[in-house]
Amino acid sequence: MNVYAVKAIYLFEMSRTWRTLMQSILSPVLSTSLYFVVFGSAIGSRMADIDGVSYGAFIVPGLVMLSILTESLSNASFGIYMPRFSGTIYEVLSAPVSAMEIVLGYVGAAATKSVILGVIILLTARLFVPYGIAHPFVMLLFLVLTSVTFSLFGFIIGVWADSFEKLQIVPMMIITPLTFLGGSFYSINMLPPVWQTVTLFNPVVYLVSGFRWSFFGVADVHVGASLAMTFVFMAVCLLIVWRIFATGYKLKN
Amino acid sequence: MSPIISVEGLSKTYATGFQALKTVDLQIERGEIFALLGPNGAGKTTLISIICGIVNPSGGHVRIDGHDVVADYRAARSLIGLVPQELSTDMFETVINTVTFSRGLFGKPKNPAHIEKVLRDLSLWEKRDSKIMALSGGMKRRVMIAKALSHEPQVLFLDEPTAGVDVELRRSMWEMVRALRATGVTVILTTHYIDEAEEMADRVGVIRQGEIVLVEEKAALMRKLGRRQLKLHLREPLAALPPGLVDPALELSADGTELTYTFDATADQGGVADLLRRLAQHEVDFKDLQTSESSLEDIFVSLVRGRT
Repeated sequence: MNVYAVKAIYLFEMSRTWRTLMQSILSPVLSTSLYFVVFGSAIGSRMADIDGVSYGAFIVPGLVMLSILTESLSNASFGIYMPRFSGTIYEVLSAPVSAMEIVLGYVGAAATKSVILGVIILLTARLFVPYGIAHPFVMLLFLVLTSVTFSLFGFIIGVWADSFEKLQIVPMMIITPLTFLGGSFYSINMLPPVWQTVTLFNPVVYLVSGFRWSFFGVADVHVGASLAMTFVFMAVCLLIVWRIFATGYKLKN
Repeated sequence: MSPIISVEGLSKTYATGFQALKTVDLQIERGEIFALLGPNGAGKTTLISIICGIVNPSGGHVRIDGHDVVADYRAARSLIGLVPQELSTDMFETVINTVTFSRGLFGKPKNPAHIEKVLRDLSLWEKRDSKIMALSGGMKRRVMIAKALSHEPQVLFLDEPTAGVDVELRRSMWEMVRALRATGVTVILTTHYIDEAEEMADRVGVIRQGEIVLVEEKAALMRKLGRRQLKLHLREPLAALPPGLVDPALELSADGTELTYTFDATADQGGVADLLRRLAQHEVDFKDLQTSESSLEDIFVSLVRGRT
């Protein structure tokens, strides 16, 4: 393995994070904090507990998930799209690096940023609402798996997109609605039966539910199903990435 | 000695159906400076891109120092440095960071001493902490070269290296290329500037419509295809050539004051002496004479128009 190359890509991408600290870390932390203030402290204080969990605490896992999904997508897609856009991708393609090493560098950096962001948001949330973590290792597992999976998805979007508009369209038009409708702010048990069934086709439900289980031990779907869905989505993303490099789709043709 | 680059039956047809390369065969010798000439769209950049792994070939093989660029891409690519045609750099990065990144990308451990040498050689050391966006076009071009040299390649591809740079910088780049060759680096350059190829290349390849139409040592090419001309400015104008002087190689200007004799550069120089004797016999006197030799540019134009 070309460890130096993986390290070079990883550190190069991470340096972009520190260079754009406001955009990469502070901005999502601020917007998530506003959610906590509005939904957690203000509205949440007037709402009944859900499954024995205060509303303010109930939305913590969903809000963290919302942030890491959008940030993983955004960071990974931007990370590979920019070299394509500026033309510097020639250097990565002409270097003695394998597809796996390229993905490790770009996706690894994007996922790292998301995990850091998730941890910061969790710490920030503690300032607004009291909560505990029932299964910290499972929480960490979900945090890392989701960051990696959606960074892989972001990488695919970054290769597919041929304009900044396309780069934004998937996070804005698909991921954000799915996350909002995926039980971030409510339990799907609160929906009418028909919509409960429809919601189960939303993959984000499984992520939010599993992540919430790691905090409070309560979930909309079984935690095993959540883990299985995460792995399935990761496998699909890996398969697509493998096809991209095998065919050279939008990279080598 | 085996060639450092061997291209066999290489072809490329893009998804649009455009056939950028037909069946290309080419060998690049170790330590030479090879100039690849061709008009826009001839396939120069596609050929280089396939060799460097940026574009997938449709058929054929490329080997670098015996390593197949597809099957054994790690070994093959680690030998290569590429300076692309476009100024593609990370505008917000500093010079030293982007050059250090390139070295890591090619699997080499950090070597600050080498990076410093490369930057000093390219007059970039003073600018090492500057962001690339703050540099002039010529400086950015040097950064591209520094990135390509950061991992000590054995083969350096320069795709239109001096496009848009001033004369002074172009000269200094030529010096740098010669210095690299002196250390054993093989240099392959594509250029539109024929004088660049004429000045630097050991061998010249001409590509036209996706086919290599000629590969020749530059000096031999100029000997083989070059034309020489002798122009005589006559003391008295002639209405027509005297019958004894009629020769397909001899042409009288419309105003009758100039005679042009065209001959192969390799031809027996006795032709000129014979012409001068015949002129004397027919009492055609001249007041001045000039000789000229066709340049590589003339030869190139002739080749790409398919006249030879």
